[in-house]
Amino acid sequence: MADPMKIRATMQGDTAEIRVLVNHPMETGQRKDAKTGELVPAHFIQTLTATLGDKTVLDSQIGTSVSRNPVFGFKVKGAKAGDKVTITWKDNKGDTRTDETTIA
Amino acid sequence: MDQSRRVLLKGAGAGGALAAFIAAGVLKPTQVLAAEWNKGAFESKDPEGAMKGLGVSGAADSKEVTIKAPDIAENGAVVPVEVESKVPNTQQISIVIEKNPTPLAASFDFSNGAQPSVAVRLKMGQTSNIKVIAKADGKFYTTSKEVKVTIGGCGG
Repeated sequence: MADPMKIRATMQGDTAEIRVLVNHPMETGQRKDAKTGELVPAHFIQTLTATLGDKTVLDSQIGTSVSRNPVFGFKVKGAKAGDKVTITWKDNKGDTRTDETTIA
Repeated sequence: MDQSRRVLLKGAGAGGALAAFIAAGVLKPTQVLAAEWNKGAFESKDPEGAMKGLGVSGAADSKEVTIKAPDIAENGAVVPVEVESKVPNTQQISIVIEKNPTPLAASFDFSNGAQPSVAVRLKMGQTSNIKVIAKADGKFYTTSKEVKVTIGGCGG
């Protein structure tokens, strides 16, 4: 099972700034193992969605060009302190994880 | 025997027709399967294919779309990039790294008050242009920026 994400959500004026750090290897399927010389199979996040309360604010599709342990930062206008932010990702092996936090 | 053959042909015909619709741009894959990963665009090996997979056409260069990225990235495995669109009603921002083996890096859809601005860390195999495509009211706006990479982030 994947490690939890780190989510930070803070208010800047009337806009919430949300940063998410996901622990994920993001293997492209093109890298060779240093010891065996064999290709490491692709293992990467394909979709990541963010909801604020019960509304979807960010719906992303992700490819292999995103770095290992990726960070995503985005802004939502009209959010309030105390609102719940939920992030869900799913990778190409079907692994998925959901974490949530409240806006500080 | 005959019947199963007929079913098979029928299935093949339907699949073929769907593929033809997608190819013709009548049905875009993203519209057919809203939350599904856009496999065609992400697995495309050239920027043109990636743009086609996203349904981009007639994109115009725009100063309203901005990219914040280093001029020189010492480590191609982690290149911090911030993109923003000031075009009103921007719904979607996609990032394409032209010289990566699979150029399409990510595509973000914004809704319910999310600002069309996103920060990500990307991998770059070599010095390349980063192209950002913003979609607003069915039109496409692009901008690009070259980032020099001294150590590649793919392979290794």
